[in-house]
Amino acid sequence: MRDPRWLPWARWAGLGLLGLFTLTPLYVMLTSAIKPLQDVQGDFDWIPTTITLRPFADMWRTVPLARYFANSLIVSSVAALVSVLIAIFAAYAISRFRFPGRRIFSVTVLSTQMFPGILFLLPLFMIYVNLGTALGVELYASRTGLIITYLTFSLPFSIWMLAGYFDSIPTALDEAAQVDGSGPIGALLRVVLPAATPGIVAVAIYAFMTAWGEVLFASVMTDESSRTLAVGLQGYATENDVYWNQIMAASLVVSVPVVAGFLLLQRYLVQGLTAGAVK
Amino acid sequence: MTRRRAEAPPGAPTQTLDIERKSVTPPSPEEDGFSLSPAEAAGADDGQALTDAPAGRTRTASGGKRSPHPAPDAAAVSTMSSTTPRPHSETPTSPRRPSRSSTSPEKPLSPGGGRRGFADRVPVRVRRAALPYLLILPAVLLELLVHLVPMLIGIGMSFLKLTQFFLRNWSAAPFAGLDNYTVAVDFDSAVGRSLLHSFLVTVVFTVLTVGLAWLLGICGAVLMQGSFRGRAVLRALFLVPYALPVYAGVITWSFLLQRDSGLVNHVLVDQLHLFGERPFWLIGSNSFWSIIVVCVWRSWPFAFLVLMAGLQNIPGDLYEAAAIDGAGWGRRLRAVTLPMLRPVNQVLVLVLFLWTFNDFNTPYVLFGKSAPHEADLISIHIYQSSFVTWNFGSGSAMSVLLLLFLLVVTAVYLVATSRRRSDA
Repeated sequence: MRDPRWLPWARWAGLGLLGLFTLTPLYVMLTSAIKPLQDVQGDFDWIPTTITLRPFADMWRTVPLARYFANSLIVSSVAALVSVLIAIFAAYAISRFRFPGRRIFSVTVLSTQMFPGILFLLPLFMIYVNLGTALGVELYASRTGLIITYLTFSLPFSIWMLAGYFDSIPTALDEAAQVDGSGPIGALLRVVLPAATPGIVAVAIYAFMTAWGEVLFASVMTDESSRTLAVGLQGYATENDVYWNQIMAASLVVSVPVVAGFLLLQRYLVQGLTAGAVK
Repeated sequence: MTRRRAEAPPGAPTQTLDIERKSVTPPSPEEDGFSLSPAEAAGADDGQALTDAPAGRTRTASGGKRSPHPAPDAAAVSTMSSTTPRPHSETPTSPRRPSRSSTSPEKPLSPGGGRRGFADRVPVRVRRAALPYLLILPAVLLELLVHLVPMLIGIGMSFLKLTQFFLRNWSAAPFAGLDNYTVAVDFDSAVGRSLLHSFLVTVVFTVLTVGLAWLLGICGAVLMQGSFRGRAVLRALFLVPYALPVYAGVITWSFLLQRDSGLVNHVLVDQLHLFGERPFWLIGSNSFWSIIVVCVWRSWPFAFLVLMAGLQNIPGDLYEAAAIDGAGWGRRLRAVTLPMLRPVNQVLVLVLFLWTFNDFNTPYVLFGKSAPHEADLISIHIYQSSFVTWNFGSGSAMSVLLLLFLLVVTAVYLVATSRRRSDA
């Protein structure tokens, strides 16, 4: 099987164009973050003439970025952690048990993915306000409310992906563990989980990214003290000035954790995706 | 079973251990006395359970089960002991000592059930049947709280005349019947006309975005096949837009698209001289193309990722067989790659379609709360009708219509693609 001679050229031309399209905004983000304010307000320059790290210092003062950062970090980590735990149990049930309602459960959970967020935004907002007054738990405008909301966003996809992953682990392994005296849960903890670690990590990253990037609910369900980065970053556009260099610096800083995590573990994410899709 | 007993923490002794301990060490007279520490109360409770129903396996079992939670029983015992100073002289407790001597360590053990807790006593079949439901319970509860119940409430709200006057007490909002719906689909009214416009804009936008994202994804995935230098780096770089938080990526685009200081006009006007005057990209008719470009930029890496995974699952011998039959590169692409990707494509296109159609984040970050008329995507349109004009009933009705549309499209799509698959 020989590839045609033009293929390497076509490959580099095609991939080059794709790369240009994909990377230009990233290049602009990087270079504008180190330009002084007057340079980003005037004509665009491909190569920065003056290089400064001031935007990286100023961005913490223009808006309370540190607080937004902490809020996003807490909300996303807790949501990811809890979501993964819940998804593990549900996926294990789907993968290893044949019970009445199994199909309805998986279909319903997956179909929540297609709901327009706008449809349940307002009712959820009202439920949170009313639950808050009834139970004395502050859900609206609190990190707890946001955590609960976000963890359900990643739940359907996580369950689906993990169930596919668990399916690829031979049931003979858990049966062996059960012969050794573990119950089904013991088999899950001792055999299935260790074998599915890559999938679980991938799902955790996915859940974290989902929460880290969500905008719609963050814009309605937070107040100044619980505001996350998704909304907070818009604070750089004031009435007088738009601090583009600080926006780019802040975007860069808030992207680093998720992009790094994603790129380190994308291999597992692909594995999980295929495991779920092949079913 | 033995392993579980051996691993049982000291705080939760099993019934056997309890009985053995009692039979070995005779209880001190203070055990039924006036001051009861929780531990002693637990012990007393166990003893009582044994004496009250010496032969009843369920009682002993429940006593053993209760022992880790001594608080309510301790309270009961202490109130009893405060009213009757010497409870062990009363009838229920007086036979305690003889009965304890009668319940020799062997007796509760002998049926084989004595050492088991309550949970273990439920027939294995029932436990196995209940387990999957327990496992999915947290997921079900959360989905109910955040998705299903709000959705039902949202559907209910669409039948109410719910404006800002009823926001505090929205159950008092007057019933509107189908008014919200008739207004939304009455294309002669301003509301209906703008909704239809927004819907059509969204349809065209979605078709173009999904098509382009898929096209770029398949090009990237096919060109990345095989091994060459820099493949891993390139692949990682291509995935960055997808990994980037949506607001960070889209805010960068809105900087690129600025009329005076953006890169796009710098390249198109200053360097390529394609336009005489700097066009606006974030307002006016150009904004429609801007949002398509931004959405494609964001979503094509996902298509790329999924299609690459799909390509990896195509067995290599298919290509070899095709090559032996004399199929060239293009023929192999058409005859092997694309047909084999069909199941992946079926899911991928549907997911891309739903995400793009419902996308709120990209237009919201790119344009702010009010999108330009030419790029008035449906999610932003509904958000505006709800939160800017404070007409939640009308907004809910539009959301329900949107959901119905998506349901119908999805069902038709799944039926159509599945039939084609079985025909092939």
